[in-house]
Amino acid sequence: MQYKSQAVAKPYFIAAIGLFVGQILFGLVLGLQYVMGDFMFPEIPFNVARMVHTNLLIVWLLFGFMGAAYYLVPEEAERELQSPGLALLMFWVFLVAGALTILGYLLVPYSGLAELTRNELLPTMGREFLEQPTITKLGIVVVALAFLFNIGMTILKGRKTVVSLVLLIGLVGLAVFFLFSFYNPDNLVKDKYYWWWVVHLWVEGVWELILGSILAFVLIKTTGVDREVIEKWLYVIIAMTLITGIIGTGHHFYWIGAPEYWQWWGSIFSALEPIPFFMMTVFAFNMVNRRRRNHPNKAAILWALGTAVMAFLGAGVWGFLHTLSPVNYYTHGTQITAAHGHMAFYGAYVMIVLTMISYAMPMLRGREAANSNRSQVLEMWSFWLMTVSIVFITLFLTGAGILQVYLQRFSADPLPFMVVQDKIALFYWMREIAGLVFLIGLLTYVASFFVGAREPEATTAVAEKASA
Amino acid sequence: MSQAFTKAMARNIFYGGSVFFFLLFLALTFDTHNAWPDRDNHAALNDSVAHGKALWEENNCVGCHSLLGEGAYFAPELGNAFQRLGGKDGIKGFIMSRPKDGIPGRRSMPQFNFSPEELDAIADFLEYVSGINTANWPPNIQG
Ligand code: HEM
Ligand code: HEM
Ligand SMILES: [Fe+2]
Repeated sequence: MQYKSQAVAKPYFIAAIGLFVGQILFGLVLGLQYVMGDFMFPEIPFNVARMVHTNLLIVWLLFGFMGAAYYLVPEEAERELQSPGLALLMFWVFLVAGALTILGYLLVPYSGLAELTRNELLPTMGREFLEQPTITKLGIVVVALAFLFNIGMTILKGRKTVVSLVLLIGLVGLAVFFLFSFYNPDNLVKDKYYWWWVVHLWVEGVWELILGSILAFVLIKTTGVDREVIEKWLYVIIAMTLITGIIGTGHHFYWIGAPEYWQWWGSIFSALEPIPFFMMTVFAFNMVNRRRRNHPNKAAILWALGTAVMAFLGAGVWGFLHTLSPVNYYTHGTQITAAHGHMAFYGAYVMIVLTMISYAMPMLRGREAANSNRSQVLEMWSFWLMTVSIVFITLFLTGAGILQVYLQRFSADPLPFMVVQDKIALFYWMREIAGLVFLIGLLTYVASFFVGAREPEATTAVAEKASA
Repeated sequence: MSQAFTKAMARNIFYGGSVFFFLLFLALTFDTHNAWPDRDNHAALNDSVAHGKALWEENNCVGCHSLLGEGAYFAPELGNAFQRLGGKDGIKGFIMSRPKDGIPGRRSMPQFNFSPEELDAIADFLEYVSGINTANWPPNIQG
């Protein structure tokens, strides 16, 4: 660790991992409710568990992004963070606000929570992913502003690199587009249209800039390839992201009451969205192949390459699968959507945060560059367990989705929704089993922080022997 | 990447491309606003529909159902519930009759204990939604 203030990243990473465990436990509850409908009913109905699952995901990814920024920016700017104290304060504010919100979901009926937090004053609740009480949303804005000030000032006063600049643009965009969550008109069509300005312009827009810059940073550090080369790639990738992804928002406007020309704009531009993801894959493998040194942290490199591959599969391939409007007409809002949502979120954003944690955590815990071999081996096991299980979750949901589409929407004699759900229960059972393996992988991941912690660091020579 | 293609060129494509396509997006959004009056069934919007939308949100219905294909996939699509359940009375009857403790072994919808006025508002909201021009989605009555 080159700068003392980078240490504030550590609590952010620890919180991220803790909330990740919570997210997966609730995922398993959801998966069980899919096949045992009365599980925990009426105490924790499906919608409550789902809010907890998805909101924990978003919150822990945000913790991860912020931790990544606090670690990366001082090193890029070549100076201490503007205010480590503010960063720590905001950590606690965000954690407490997040915890209270989740407890609110679990302990109070949702309508009671809406009443308690005076939702009627500025109604923003009750929309997918944006279920947080308005007061929590305002808290998120405050945390985001303090965070941007901290990061922005550090960059402004220090060395300005492409990596930190792109990260900053991504983070500012994240905050700006979040503001659309406060717009909730009675007109459902407008509500939906601008809801996507948060959700789509996040995951297929500004978050990709964050993803790209973190990936670039880790690759610079672990491969020693010339920064100039990496930065050029980064620019091209994010250029393609926004050129395709902004108009690509149209793939959500086909059936919500917007004009029908969106079927053309949305299909054509979103069909090009896999390009930047594919470039990321080529980029990551190219840089690792052209590496000038062998970094002893093999696990971090595995995560970086894994991100590049899985983001392409989940977002690029599974996104393309259902993005053309004639296909989306049948797949819209089915298990196909869920399949894509899981692999894309995992492959792109979960994995990039875990890449950064894998790279930075050894230093944050006082290592020179890497964990012990034993710890790394365990971490790599967790990589494979989680990644293979998300692939299976995706495949089972895709199977369920194809059958659902056929039975409910395509066949000559369409069946009612609930009848179809019964017929495809086997796929949901298999998804749940894959989910259990995912949990085992995640617990293995957590264990990798404790196993081999007292053993000496892996060195390049040893690591090379191990991989030979 | 080739040497002739410089970092400055890449940077310019990024800034130029992003600004251009964002402006194009704004222009299309502007045009979309102009097209909405013919498609968004705003004529049906009234206080009861607005109240129904608030109830829809404050009870997190979208946490189980989809509406115009967006939301959760645990329970049926409701954009066309008005047609599928046979009008407002069908909708109200269904919501009212949910057993408090659910149905053993099956996915069940909670009993929300809505007042008659609230039930009316929710049904009005779903009727309004069913009148939005969705380019013929969903493909059939099953949603
Ligand atoms: C990392 C990037 C991405 C993430 C995290 C992501 C995630 C998601 C999620 C969670 C949804 C469901 C939203 C909802 O609940 O309504 C969704 C929908 C969708 N995504 Fe992505 N996505 C990504 C990239 C892409 C790309 C690159 C494409 C196209 C090539 C794509 C195409 C779609 C389409 C067409 C839908 C709508 C599905 C429907 O009609 O039900 N996505 N995405
Ligand atoms: C143990 C593993 C998991 C299980 C069993 C599981 C289960 C589920 C279920 C049942 C839903 C609700 C689908 C519906 O609305 O009907 C869901 C939604 C979701 N989960 Fe998971 N999940 C798991 C892991 C994950 C992971 C690792 C991620 C992120 C990388 C994730 C991200 C999401 C997202 C984004 C949604 C919303 C999807 C959409 O709207 O299309 N889940 N999950
Ligand atoms: Fe999208």
